[in-house]
This record gives sequence, C-alpha cells and structure tokens, in this order.
Amino acid sequence: MKLLDCPLIGRRPISEFDYVGEVRKPPVDCDTATWAAFVFNRQGAPSVLRERWYHRPTGYWFILDRDTLTDEVKAIVDAREVRYDIPA
Amino acid sequence: MSWKLLKYGFKRSHDEPRFFPEPKELKSHYDVVIIGGGGHGMACAYYLAKEHGITNVAVLEQGYIGGGNTGRNTTIVRSNYLTPEGVKFYDTSVKLFEDLSDEFDLNIFYSTRGHFTLAHTDSAMRTMRWRAEVNKHYGIDSEVVGRDEIGKAVPYMDLECAGHTPVMGALYHAPGSVARHDAVAWGYARGAYNRGVEIHQRTRVTDIRTRDGRVIGVDTDRGAISCGKVISMVAGSTPRITEMLNLPTPIEIFPLQACVSEPVKPFMDTIVVSGSLHVYVSQSSRGEMVMGASVDPSVLHSTRSSFDFVEGLADQMVDLFPFMSRLKVMRQWAGMSDMTPDFAPIMGKTPIEGFYLDAGWGTWGFKATPVSGKTMAWTAANDQTHELIEPFRYSRFADFDLVGEKGAASVGH
Repeated sequence: MKLLDCPLIGRRPISEFDYVGEVRKPPVDCDTATWAAFVFNRQGAPSVLRERWYHRPTGYWFILDRDTLTDEVKAIVDAREVRYDIPA
Repeated sequence: MSWKLLKYGFKRSHDEPRFFPEPKELKSHYDVVIIGGGGHGMACAYYLAKEHGITNVAVLEQGYIGGGNTGRNTTIVRSNYLTPEGVKFYDTSVKLFEDLSDEFDLNIFYSTRGHFTLAHTDSAMRTMRWRAEVNKHYGIDSEVVGRDEIGKAVPYMDLECAGHTPVMGALYHAPGSVARHDAVAWGYARGAYNRGVEIHQRTRVTDIRTRDGRVIGVDTDRGAISCGKVISMVAGSTPRITEMLNLPTPIEIFPLQACVSEPVKPFMDTIVVSGSLHVYVSQSSRGEMVMGASVDPSVLHSTRSSFDFVEGLADQMVDLFPFMSRLKVMRQWAGMSDMTPDFAPIMGKTPIEGFYLDAGWGTWGFKATPVSGKTMAWTAANDQTHELIEPFRYSRFADFDLVGEKGAASVGH
C-alpha cells in the first residue's frame, strides 16, 4: 500500500489524502491573456512541484515539495512561505 | 501445429519477411519528422504517405512501436460523446476502424460488442439522456435503456449493486467495440513502411531546433536531423517535448492503471462501464477480463502500478459482478495520461511554424487513432488545421472556448 507522511500524525495510506495541485500565486490586475495562461496552463513536465495536499481524517491542509518523476517528497513547506497579500 | 509451421521450423534459412525491417542510419533531412511511434504516430505517417504522397518521413520512437499508451489502454472504441464536436470526431474514427482489417490485410480483431454506460443516480440518468439525444441528432446509434433491458443483456450483473447503489438505467451504444491495440499500430506501421516511411525505434528526441519561430530540425540521441515539419504525437511525454520549445500547455500527467484477470470461458459479450463506480470491463478474445478505473489521484511521470488500484477496482467490480471475487488478477500495468481541463485533445497548428501538436489524449486516445492520424496528416500536409479538429485547437484556452467533454469521459475523474 502506498503511504504518505502526514505532517500532523505521520505515515498514512494514500487513500486518506486528497491531492489539490500546485500552489500558485494568481496574477493580480493583469490582461486577459495572462489570466487565461494562469487559469489553464500548468507545469506539465517532470519537476519538483510545490503542491497542496489535504488529509481527510484530520482535516489538515499542508504543502509538500514533491518530485513528480520519482514520487519522492523533498520537503514539507510551511504555509507562511507561500502566503501573499491580496491587494485592497 | 500446422504443417506449414513444422516445415518452416526444419528449414535452414528463414526467409519470411520481417514485419518491421532492421533499422537504418538516420538521414540528414526529412520533410516531416513524427515524434512518437504509437498508434497515432503510425497512423499519421500512413495517411501522409497514402493520401498526401509525402514519404520522406521519419517516425522517431524512444521505445518500441506501440509500447506506450497504445499498448496500455483497454481497447474500447465508441463515439457516444457529449459534445457535437466530440461526437462527429469519434464517429469518423469508428467508421475508419471498421475497415482497418481489410485495409491492412491484418486482423485487428475488431469486435463490435455493444457498450453499456450504467447510471446509478438521477443526475447520471440526466447526462445519459442528454448524450443519447446529441448522439441521435448526429446519427449515432445510442439510446437510454432501462433495468429490464440491461438485465437481459448482462444477466450475470447484480443490478442492485450489492444494495447501496442500484443501477437505474444505462446509455446503450450498439457500435461500441474492442480491438487488438497492438495490431492497429503494427498495421499502420507496416502500411507506412511499405510506402517509404522510415521508422526508427529506440531513437529519443533530445531537442527541437527553431529559427525565427520556425522549426528547422530535431536533435536525437542518434544525431541531428533537419526537417521542415515536426508532429508531436507522444501523449504522456508531451510536456517534455513542449518544454523544449517553451510552449506552455494545460496538460498534466496522471498515471492510468488497468489490469486483466486470468482467462475464463467467454461469457461476456458486452462492454460495461460505470461512471459512478469508476470502473469499466470487457472480456478479451483470450478470455481475460480487461478492467480499468479512473486516473491516479496525483500528478506522476511514471508507469508504476500500485496495489491501491487493484484493491479499489476490485471493491467496485465485485459489487457489480459478485462472481468475479473468485477470479485472480493476472497482470496489471499503467500508462501516463496527458489530461486536459476540458477532457478533449489538443490538436493542430501551434504558435511555432512547422510544429504540430497531437496531444491531450488523457484516457480517451486509442479510439481516436485512425481519425487523429488522418486529420493530423491533412493538417501537416496543408499547413492548416483540419475542420474536424478545429474545436480542439491549441488556442482554445487563451480564447476561453473550451470543449466541455468531461460528462462523456468513461469514468468520473
């Protein structure tokens, strides 16, 4: 069974987790083409992706750096590192 | 053993022609380079040579012919899609499939089975009615059927689905078929080769060269080639190719797994799909139950398979077919699905002159093999996107003009 380390309670079966996708910062006050590119385009090639995951039983959201070629978790990322200000 | 085979075995030299010839050296120039020697790539090479007289073509394949998603799908061919664009496109493909065995002089074991897409909820029934009406409008044989008809056609299925998600009805699509996927790639490859196309297996493209926004050649691990046109038909490896050109795409790669059971006597002559339970099953001509489910939950560039998949699949499958609990799983595998946000492919011209994309085949690529080859060959030959694939153009995302085919994906994602 495939397992993933939940930063809160440790190693759990992958079926307990939801994959949310890459953590991305939306462009603010941009033209339509930039917005379309943000909405649809993705980093599709193998890389280390910074991704949001959700552990359902504990209701815990967290962020991982994961290598999408080897499926190796490189780091657990503090949410404060990806925060950004929403303009007033 | 046949007499011919016995005699052949005792002969000193074996002069039967090879299905595929020994590889030659790469030439320094080709008019068209096709990246990817799967079904789509081979079909495109075949139609380029046959219908457009373009034979100075090289197909470059990093592995072996049909060794990617062509050899990893569950071989279902159908056209009961949801959108008019999808229905017209896949219907053309089904019609081409029906004649392929004759055209290739090679049996692709095209077997028309009838295809049930089960609905277990009111909302699924609504989608089935919608699909049936769109299909009928375009002349596709597709209708909503009730529990009685399903029970007669698939008597060994538990319509109560173990009590928790009873089957309410189904979309029945009589032309739904299965085919021998390897033979489709081999047939196209032989046809292309016989017309002068070069097929280079174990040849990996490492870079695509451009000048002033035009393709001028490709670099491979066997040397550089100059060419005027490049067609990328690599499904799960698409982002690696588009990255060489800094061409952004919405494609994300998710593994899609499948498995077969041990062979049993033929009993199942239909294809059964349940979108709600995320499973599909048919019986192969060898008697194996061919089973698949939805894609894995997270992005991964890998063809590893997992126990979680078989466990999840068996859980749902046994609800529908309780006797399958006694079958053993013989083999499981995975392919890399290039998923798009609207569950439709990305085909045709790109912002780079001479670079054509045939991608975004996600979980629906095998059934499109003939029509993709035909329309991409036309597109490359005329440097103009074929009208049948115009709705699938690369620029549709920037134009916010998506296709919206998710409702007709075989299983929920």
